[in-house]
Amino acid sequence: MIQELPKISISLFPKSDFPNLLTLVNGQPLAYLDSAASAQKPHVATEATSMFVEHQYANVHRGVHTLSQLATDAYERVRDQVKVVLNAADRNEIIFTKGCTESVNLVAQSFARPMLRPGDEILLTELEHHSNIVPWQLVAQATGAKVVAARIHDNGELDLEDFKSKLNANTKIVAFTHISNALGTILPAKELTAMAHAVGATVLIDGAQSGPHAAIDVQDIGADFYVLSIHKMYGPTGVGVLFGKLNLLEAMPPYQGGGSMIRSVSFEETTFAELPAKFEAGTPNIAGVVGLGATLDYIAGKNWNRETWVNRISEIGDYEATVREYGVSLLAEIDGLTVHGDAEEMAGIISFTVKNAHPHDLGTILDQHGVAVRAGHHCCQPLMHRLGVPATARASIAAYNDLEDMDRLAAAVQSAKELFG
Amino acid sequence: MSWDLRDLYQETILDHQKHPRGKGNLPDATHSATGFNPLCGDKVTIQLRINDGKIDEIRFDGEGCAICMSSASMMTVSLQGTPVSDAEDLFQRIQKFLTANDESAAMEDIDSLGDLAALGGVRRLPVRIKCANLPWHTFNSAVHGEQNAKTE
Repeated sequence: MIQELPKISISLFPKSDFPNLLTLVNGQPLAYLDSAASAQKPHVATEATSMFVEHQYANVHRGVHTLSQLATDAYERVRDQVKVVLNAADRNEIIFTKGCTESVNLVAQSFARPMLRPGDEILLTELEHHSNIVPWQLVAQATGAKVVAARIHDNGELDLEDFKSKLNANTKIVAFTHISNALGTILPAKELTAMAHAVGATVLIDGAQSGPHAAIDVQDIGADFYVLSIHKMYGPTGVGVLFGKLNLLEAMPPYQGGGSMIRSVSFEETTFAELPAKFEAGTPNIAGVVGLGATLDYIAGKNWNRETWVNRISEIGDYEATVREYGVSLLAEIDGLTVHGDAEEMAGIISFTVKNAHPHDLGTILDQHGVAVRAGHHCCQPLMHRLGVPATARASIAAYNDLEDMDRLAAAVQSAKELFG
Repeated sequence: MSWDLRDLYQETILDHQKHPRGKGNLPDATHSATGFNPLCGDKVTIQLRINDGKIDEIRFDGEGCAICMSSASMMTVSLQGTPVSDAEDLFQRIQKFLTANDESAAMEDIDSLGDLAALGGVRRLPVRIKCANLPWHTFNSAVHGEQNAKTE
């Protein structure tokens, strides 16, 4: 007798490493497919964070006492780790913020705003998240500059011709996402950066989605600014990263004033601290940053280095692509289902709509089956408008998802389809 | 399908979603408003022709989920030809039915709601209450001459 081989369904990160993935939702085991919104946290990292808070915690960069030194060492060690993750040239190019959104706003307000003049242009793309649109609109309104968006093709790929045609001598800032959160398109960051630099523009890359899925090399890309969202990288909320080239950060005025970011203060004059302190006013999210360090150790293993990090994160990206491919093949068999985004280079995101079933209804029905997806505009209203849909359902894949999650997604969508005919 | 889903997507809801009533444009409307739920992108326009304190005609248009669209469709059926004062009274009863924390208070008027009682499934899913309520808030804004409605 021929036995059917069991489907290989072991995820790259064991689900059991993530306590929340073992939760029952509506009586069903959880298939968590919303990591692009926020990823679940590995137990070892949250445990390490609470160990730090309970046994090593004090404020950083202030005290001469032992705990303050321990906490400062733990915090600054993570800056070195992030430098390796991004392959930055200098540790002072790494600024901790409270999130990716704050990182973009910092650059918009501290770098762009003092420099922009009426008639200058800020070039974005139709794929951008609201957090890489609105901060630029705010500085455009304040300076008289203009926001321009490069078009995409119907398959979700950036229209390189259109991008190129919108670059000109007035283009001062070019800001684009490395991986689209709504569709999963991977943009050719190095090529786009070179094109932007050719007209003298400064480039910010939104790495909110690329951080947990792709090897990033800011020197190779040539990025002037690169921003990360840590809670999407299995780390804690309330932590973001801004990478900026040293000469740019040095020339920029501070974003916020407060403690830590000063050298000397009198009521007549204040001189500012050196990098990175200049951009880290006030007490930072110390526990969050330490938690990020523990999370990076979980992802890449103890004593990791640039080479092992790149290998591991590439393995994660490849694994997610395999799971995505399987999921797309299952969904493609469902009549009336459209997958949005079919670019050559795709990350682990499946954005889809089903005829006669609104994404919100899909979201509710899938939830009743224990399948968690995002339903809505994904903070990308201009993109939804471009695609001609009010919203989509989005399944996003992380290293802890497996093929069975895709089976359950497809089965739940099928049952929703039966309901709405 | 689990019991919860049948409770939410009752036959009445699905029927109104597939065969919407009162959908379209009302060129001689005296009152209109557009409601938008920024959270999910649901959008509903309500147009009314009010004559002598009575809703002579009501139409809805827009796009949104099954709950929102069927709520709008059912609303046009309920309000067509009714005095504005009765419609406002129904609006208040719907508010209580959908949003009252106390279950028995919410269910007090259920017998008077007819088909609209099918919307009650959202009570178990707080994030979907706004979907059912958007057309009603939009109607209320239209009557009171506000052009933009919102549910939050």
